Amino acid sequence: MQLSTMRLFKRCAMAAIVVASTAFAASGDASGPAPAFTLTSLSGQQGALSQYKGQVVMVNFWATWCGPCQQEMPLLDQMYKKYKPAGFTLIGVNVDKDTPPVKDLLARKPVSFPVLLDPANQVSKAYHVDEMPSSVIIDRKGEIRYIHRGYRPGDENEYQDRIRQLIRE
Amino acid sequence: MTLVPRHLSRLAALAALSLICVAGAAVLPDDRADLFYSTYKGGGMDITGESVLVRKKFSENFAVEANYFVDKVSGASIDVLSQASVIKDERKQKSLSVDYIHDKTQYNVSYTNSTERDYISNTTHASLSQDMFGDLTTVSLGFTYSHNTVGENNGTANAPVISWLGHATSRSFEGGVSQIVTRNLIAGVTVEVITDQGLLSNPYRSIRFLDPLVPLGYSLGTQVYPNTHTSTAVETRAKYYLPYRAAASVSYRYFSDTWGIRANTIELDYTQPVSNKWIFEGRVRHYSQNAATFYSDLFPFAGSQNFEARDQNLAASTNNTFDGKVTYAFAPEGFLIFKRATASFDVTRITFKYSDFRNIKYYNDTPAGGGYQPGTEPLYAFDAMVYQFYISMFF
Amino acid sequence: MRASLKLVVVVGGLLLLEACSIQPWVKPYERDRLADPIMSWDRDAISGAYLDHVYESREGSRGATGTAGGGCGCN
Repeated sequence: MQLSTMRLFKRCAMAAIVVASTAFAASGDASGPAPAFTLTSLSGQQGALSQYKGQVVMVNFWATWCGPCQQEMPLLDQMYKKYKPAGFTLIGVNVDKDTPPVKDLLARKPVSFPVLLDPANQVSKAYHVDEMPSSVIIDRKGEIRYIHRGYRPGDENEYQDRIRQLIRE
Repeated sequence: MTLVPRHLSRLAALAALSLICVAGAAVLPDDRADLFYSTYKGGGMDITGESVLVRKKFSENFAVEANYFVDKVSGASIDVLSQASVIKDERKQKSLSVDYIHDKTQYNVSYTNSTERDYISNTTHASLSQDMFGDLTTVSLGFTYSHNTVGENNGTANAPVISWLGHATSRSFEGGVSQIVTRNLIAGVTVEVITDQGLLSNPYRSIRFLDPLVPLGYSLGTQVYPNTHTSTAVETRAKYYLPYRAAASVSYRYFSDTWGIRANTIELDYTQPVSNKWIFEGRVRHYSQNAATFYSDLFPFAGSQNFEARDQNLAASTNNTFDGKVTYAFAPEGFLIFKRATASFDVTRITFKYSDFRNIKYYNDTPAGGGYQPGTEPLYAFDAMVYQFYISMFF
Repeated sequence: MRASLKLVVVVGGLLLLEACSIQPWVKPYERDRLADPIMSWDRDAISGAYLDHVYESREGSRGATGTAGGGCGCN
């Protein structure tokens, strides 16, 4: 009696693993015009996506309470400095509901790319953000070309490949 | 001294699963080192616990946790009637746990060994947990296997003479679902089915039966337990975030087993952080159970039933806990190589009351000498105070 | 063992349901409160396991004392 329950349990666990691996929402190619937005930065200045038309843009959605977001920030900063001369821009869209933690974090760990605030989450909704962090890569014509969900060490290589590809277009 | 080590596997599983909750089920928690010290005083027992825990990631997907725990027991417990002198024993527990993450699934495997003079336990545990429905739901499945070797010290605390009496094995299946309900509310349900087989009684506890031929009016005898035991426990809990930054939670567990025990546990918890440095937590717990079918404080005669027990764990009882904890982040921004460090102090008071277990250790004058008639002694009750102090360093 | 069979069927059923994708009603950018350490089920693993042990060695019941889930759900 016990042995058959064990077997059933093992089968259920295997099924779990199989279903799990097939149902993961993967990063991948995407299409469609990138929704326009205008947001305010920490210093109070307005920033709009349209300012960067003609450049390859990566919009990175992040939050102070999200561990993997913190992990990728320094790498995004490096990437921004490297490809900026070639016509690339990175916009960090912060989704925190309150501003003070964002100020604190950026004071301790500053980045050189523009950071805009989206506390009402309108832009996150427009871009259908379904994972934290999310990075959306937009080509020079303003079309979305690639969406990357989540962050794991090594993902920055994928980002760089896509950016280089789009810069060459 | 036999201490039921069911928690051993759970320490590893709990550490793995509970730390997941802070960072999200698909991210391994921060590396950490913890130093822990506790004292338990109650029911004639004095127990100190010391522990060290270290957790380290070896890649973004793989982490190992090691824990060493030492319990030192001394005292004159109510149930150890055959030994008039003090009990002294030490239990050493070592455990190793490995976590592996792949996409939205987290796997955990752990091994724990617990050794004391008269009891050895080896436990292995495996579990997996899976995020789904947009990461709002987490489903987990776990399996634990324990093998215990039971002995008895027939000598004294300082000159032990151990005889090994037998073995017991335990298999547990656990499943749980945790659901994010709203931005402020998370709820979960867990079910665990455990089956034990083998020598399941505590060799230091005895039954008593009426014996008009002796001055005390009763004599002691050996407990006879069934050699199987299956139990089911179901726990539901919910935690709510209060808008001024605090958390309140409630949990209820129902337990039922093949020995006739039905138990209810209800727990309420409130956590209040103050600025970035302090967290205050208060908890209240109420527990009640009825007696096992083969339990009796006083049997009418020796061998009156196939199975007989007088172990206080199987008696009808209630206990209530009041617990307060303070955590201070003494290095919230880091110190040397540590990202964050906290110190916690926890005071717990538990009051135990038995409705069918009598205090025969402290009231054992013969009836002729002014003592109680067997079966009329005061019901046993005692208070225990538990103090815990620990430092956690995250790096 | 009936209970564990039922358990296995329920959990298996949930896993299969996952294939029909349900849209999350709490968006990932709304998980800030759930990611707060005070919202974790058990902030202090050693302490939690220790108290579980204190109760288990004195009570007749055992089991079902751990739950996973919550947090920021990142990745």
